[in-house]
This record gives sequence, structure tokens and C-alpha cells, in this order.
Amino acid sequence: MVATLVRLRFLLLANGLRKSPWQIVAVILGGLYGLFLLGIVIVGLIALRAAPIDFARTLVVLAGAATILGWTFLPVLTSGIDQTVDTARLAPFPVPINTLVLALAVSGVLGVPGIVTSIAALGTVVTWSRDPLAAFAALVSAAIGVFTAVVGSRMLAALASRIGAGRRAREARTLIVFIPLLLLGPIIFLVSNLLREASDILPTIAQVVGWTPFGAVWAVPADVASGDFAKAGFELLIALATLVLFVALWRWGLGRALERPARAATAQVSKRGSGLFGIFPGTPTGAVAARALTYWVRDPRYAQSLITIPIVPALLFFWGGFGENLAILVWVGPVVAVLLAMSIYTDVSYDNTAFALHVQTGVSGIADRLGRVIALAVFAVPLSLALVVASVAVSNTWQLLPGLLGITIGILLSGFAVSSLISGRLTFPVPAPGESPFKARPGGGFSLMLTTFASWAVLGVLILPELVLALVGFATDNPLLGWLSIPVGLIVGTALLVLGVRLGGRILDRRAPELLAQLQKQK
Amino acid sequence: MATTSTPALEIRHLTKRFGTNAAVDDLDLVVPSGSFFGLVGPNGAGKTTTLSMATGLLRPDAGTVSIHGVDVWTNLVKAKSLVGNLSDGVRLFDRLTGTQLVTYAGLLYGMDRDVVTARAADLLTMLDLEGAGSTLVVDYSAGMTKKIALACALVHAPQLLVLDEPFESVDPVSAANIRDILEGFVKSGGTVIVSSHVMDLVQRMCDHVAVIDKGRVIAAGTTDEVRAGSTLEDRFVELVGGRNKGEGPEWLRLS
Repeated sequence: MVATLVRLRFLLLANGLRKSPWQIVAVILGGLYGLFLLGIVIVGLIALRAAPIDFARTLVVLAGAATILGWTFLPVLTSGIDQTVDTARLAPFPVPINTLVLALAVSGVLGVPGIVTSIAALGTVVTWSRDPLAAFAALVSAAIGVFTAVVGSRMLAALASRIGAGRRAREARTLIVFIPLLLLGPIIFLVSNLLREASDILPTIAQVVGWTPFGAVWAVPADVASGDFAKAGFELLIALATLVLFVALWRWGLGRALERPARAATAQVSKRGSGLFGIFPGTPTGAVAARALTYWVRDPRYAQSLITIPIVPALLFFWGGFGENLAILVWVGPVVAVLLAMSIYTDVSYDNTAFALHVQTGVSGIADRLGRVIALAVFAVPLSLALVVASVAVSNTWQLLPGLLGITIGILLSGFAVSSLISGRLTFPVPAPGESPFKARPGGGFSLMLTTFASWAVLGVLILPELVLALVGFATDNPLLGWLSIPVGLIVGTALLVLGVRLGGRILDRRAPELLAQLQKQK
Repeated sequence: MATTSTPALEIRHLTKRFGTNAAVDDLDLVVPSGSFFGLVGPNGAGKTTTLSMATGLLRPDAGTVSIHGVDVWTNLVKAKSLVGNLSDGVRLFDRLTGTQLVTYAGLLYGMDRDVVTARAADLLTMLDLEGAGSTLVVDYSAGMTKKIALACALVHAPQLLVLDEPFESVDPVSAANIRDILEGFVKSGGTVIVSSHVMDLVQRMCDHVAVIDKGRVIAAGTTDEVRAGSTLEDRFVELVGGRNKGEGPEWLRLS
């Protein structure tokens, strides 16, 4: 039975890959990347063999603890990295729970991350091979450590699926992960800086971590090597107790999952009345705007583009050398304007087949286009302009204000125009409603990136008049040119917007059934 | 009220190909005004494709469709205002509450907001959804989702209702209520087309029926004509074929 379940895991992986050749490429690239990292780790562990015991202990314990911590907590945040064998689907089959625990643990170890971790863990045997007893201890520790990591991930996932099975919890979780991802560059920079300064206290930290459930297992061989058997014995006890506790918790969570398979929990969110539909005008355009704005608030796929907004100043601040160069901050407004104005070019793709309602009611293309733009403009325009003013105030560059306003207004209006045109004609492989905003459709990333860059380039050309005026004004310190860029941006942008909405609307009127068929195909 | 002489829906030589496979193959269908019309056929027969083309959602390769004399594909907006449509297998704007979704549909039809608000409340009560009006549609059960989609189809008081699988996963009480609503609608002069796999239901509910197989109509007329003295289910199986005789494999028989 264990073998059958492990085979099932590989069969599912293989069948999944057979569906999409691009996924194979991704898996191979991922594998190569993993091998590369693994190579570095192995070389490091071998090199540590010659290092002083204390130094090797510090590194192995900290890295090992980080590994188990990562295994345990990452899957919960990312909604499960490896759900190849889903326990909920196994519920109907009469598999004894202990068999299931063993089978899932083994298939977890035999996955790509499991194999990589196992090899790295075995690398510690080389590190401690300076002493046969320590090498043996390292072998035992590696086995315990790897299983603790794998079981840890399963345990917390099983427990968390009970707690956070609701739609809202799931959606919140995916968004929380996104923020550290975006800030990865600055975070690595900060952490490495911090570590450089704090390198003296690392051994102390490692000592403490060595007594925790995550680090104990890796400290055992080090203390055997230095002859401190009593300490090693205690640490081994902690490690074993951790593994036993993890298994017990996991088994309990699994048992409950099998008895009461998680179903889509109904979070009864009460929203009285008609909400935004009562505020916007009672016309088709107003209705589309109310609907779109409601989605900006309620759909995590839209929230994803909103989250990037606070990140833009943070990134610019980082690039500007942590406040050394505040002038770079003035580009926050225009950058946010680009991101927001172009964010609705996948709008119809986000609707998915719900767009059928628009087709079936025969709403006019212009109302459709205009409504979506209004919903976005309601917050994008004030937000971008406020950011321009705020950034100028912070960096005390008031002379740039008029030019920046001109550029930002131009970007917003022209961007709305480009988005209106594109989303009325093309569909993109975006995540379906209810899917994780970060779920990439096979081949979707590439085509999406290509159109993003193409449409940004088009936008760049369209805003040239006001952009050139403002930039020349900045370069020559001529405030008049900056003031001039505002009306130019307004007039050119408005003209483009009228054109974009009209043209996009006409395309939609003519091709709505074809657009719907396209959406249905990629559903 | 439409005159009884022009049919509610008239389909001529309708054809749609997906690749080399003709999903709908030169199909002719006439739905008399004021009829309760059942559309039945095996899986993949082309029912959904036909109904999508009839309601302006999918452009046919060839053929014409007219609703109460209005040619659908040359006068889309006018035709669509005459039809209420419940499509099978399309999503809804499910991040709206039930009330908001119905309101949205009404406003898109160009109706006045006060009228829409009043009708949305009526429809939710009628369809046993009044308690769920302020819940997001994404949190609805399958049956509730069907009912809210039906409410969206009814909100603009169409003359023709085209319902694709309206009773799927709807509980018996709600199904009976929906049937009452539809019967009342037909009595007042409206026309209803339903597609369904439940033959008993179609036989009891519909006065006309058409059997579609492989993209063509293989039998059509009043329900009594089509079933020809037999039950609709037996007649359907006879027309479509494909029943396996026998009692299943030996090992599945317990004694």
C-alpha cells in the first residue's frame, strides 16, 4: 500500500507534466537550479570538515534549523507547495491511517525538495567525518532531521487546513506571501548587512537554537565530536521528541481531515443593500463602474496590483541608498500611475466567462469600457496625484511639481486609453476567479510579460509630448515648461482616452461573442 | 404581448463547427409563442451550443435565428432585450452579493434603478433566496447559484426565457417553486425553453419537446406527439439509442 501511494505521487506528477511541455521546461530549470544550490551547499559542508568544531557547529545548526523551519512554515503560507497527493481525495479509500502517514512521509521525502534536503543533510556526515562516532551521529541526525522537516510541513498543513480552510483565510494568506517576495532584494541586503555586523554573536545564537526543536537535531553530531556526550544525548532526546510530537499531531490532523473532509467553508459575509450600486448612477456605465470597483475591493487578484503600490516607494527608497538620494522618490507618482493605469488591460480576462452577462444583456461597448475606466480612475487619479505632491514634499523639490503633475496626468489618461483598447480585443491567460493570484497558467507568464512590455512601450510613445516638455523643463530649470506640460498632458490624454474608449467600445460591440468564445476556451 | 402567429424562436439551417467536428449541423427548430418547450438530447448533442447561438452569445457559422421575428445576428441589442438567458457552464460575477448581482444585470439591461431594486427584492423572495441576498454569490451552494442566475435572467421581464439545465442541483422544493413561476409566465403569454436531462420533468412540465442528437433535431412537436404513447424516457432512448442490455458484469452480482 505504501508503495502504491508513493507510485501514485510520481504518476500524478508525470501526468501533470505530460499535459504541458512548458511545465517540463520549468521543472528541468527548477531542477538545475536546485542542483546548483545543492552543489554549493555540499562543497561548503565538505569544506567545513577542516574548520574548527565551533565554527562548523554554528553554521550547521543555524542552516539546519532554518531548513526545518522553512519546510514547516512555507507550505502553509504558500497554500501547500506539494499537494500532489491530496488527503481529501484519499478519504474515500479504506487506507489505515498509520499506512497513510508512512506513505505520505516517504513520498514527501522522495519529492524533489525532499531529495535535495536529504542529500544536503547527508553532506553533514562528511562535515563530521573527522571522528567515526560523530559521523555515525550525523547519519542518524540527518535521517531524523529530514523526516522532521517533511513531517513538519505535512503537520502544519494538515492542522492549518482545519483552521484556515475558509476562502478569506486562503486569500489573505496568498497576499501576505507576496509582500516579502517583492521586497526580497532589500530584505537580503538588510539581513546580510545585519549578519556581517553581528557575526560575533552568531555562535551564541547557534547555542540557543541548538536547544530548540528545530536546531537540536543538527547540534547532536557537533557535540559528539567535541566529546560532550551528555549534551548530545539531551539534544537527541529533544530531536526525537520533536519528531514524535510532529508525527502525533500530523496523524491527529490527518485523522480529522479524513473523517471530515474540508469543504469550502461558507464565510457568511453580510453586505447590506446594494453597496456601490446605490452610489454610482443607475445607468449601464455606472453599473459597470460599481461592479468593477467592488471587485477592486473584494477580489484578491485585483488586490495584488494594489499591494505593489506601497512597495514602489520602498523600492525607490532602497535604490536611492536608504535616503541618501531622496530625489529619486519623485518618480513614485509616475511609476504608480503607470502600474495602475495599465492594470485593467487584463480586466475582461479577469471576468472570465462571467463576461457572458455583458454579452447577454447587450450592454454597449462604450458603457463597458467607460465603466471600467471610471472605477479605476476613482482612486487611481487622486492616489497618483497625492503621491506626486507627497514625494515632492519629502524630497523638497517643489520646482519639479508642475512637470511631474503633467507627466502623471498624461500617463493616467493615456494608460486608460491603451488598457481600454487592449482589453476589448485580447484575452490573457490570467488566474481564474477564486484561484491564487500568483498561479501562473502554463505559458501564461511569457505572453503576459510580452504584452505588458509592448503596451508600456506604446504608452511611452503616447505620453511623449508632455514627457518631453517636462523633462526639458527639469533640465533647463525652466518652470514654465513644467506648467505647460499640465494642459498638454490633459488635452492629449483626454483625446486619447476618448479615442481609446470609442474604439475599444466599437471593437467590443462587434466582437463580443468572439471574445466570449476565447474566454470560454481558456476557462 | 407577442402575436401568436410569429414563433417565439425560429432557427433555420443553424451550423457551428469546432475544428472538423460539427457541434450543430444544419439544425432547424421552431418554438411556438406561448409554449413551454423542452429540449432534450444526450451529452454532447449540441444543446448548449444551439442555445448559445440562439441567444446571441455564440456566432453561428451559418444559418439564421429570429426571436419574435427579430433576426438575432443582425439586430443583437433588440433581440437580447427580448430574451432572458440562463447559461450552463459560465461563471457569474460571484464577488457580488445576490442582490447586487441581480441589480447589476438589471442595470446592464438599461433598466431604471428603482425598478431594478424592487424587482431584485421580489425575485429573491420568489426564489427562496431572501436570506441570502446579502451573501456573496461565491459562497452560495450550487443550487443557490442556479437560482440567482435565474433571477438575473428574469429581471428585465423578457418575452422568451431560455434556460439551460435550470434544475440541476436545485432542491425539490425550490424546483417546484421555479416550475410554478415558469408555468405562470407561460400562462401570461411568455415562452419558456428548457434543456434538461430529466425526462420525467420535461414530460410533466413541457407542452412541446424537441430531441437533439449529433447537432440535429431528430424529433420535434407537442410532447404527446413525440412520446407517441410511450413515456418520453423510453421514446428518447429508442430515438437516440446506445442502451446496453444486460445486468452488468458477473462479479458485480452479489448472489
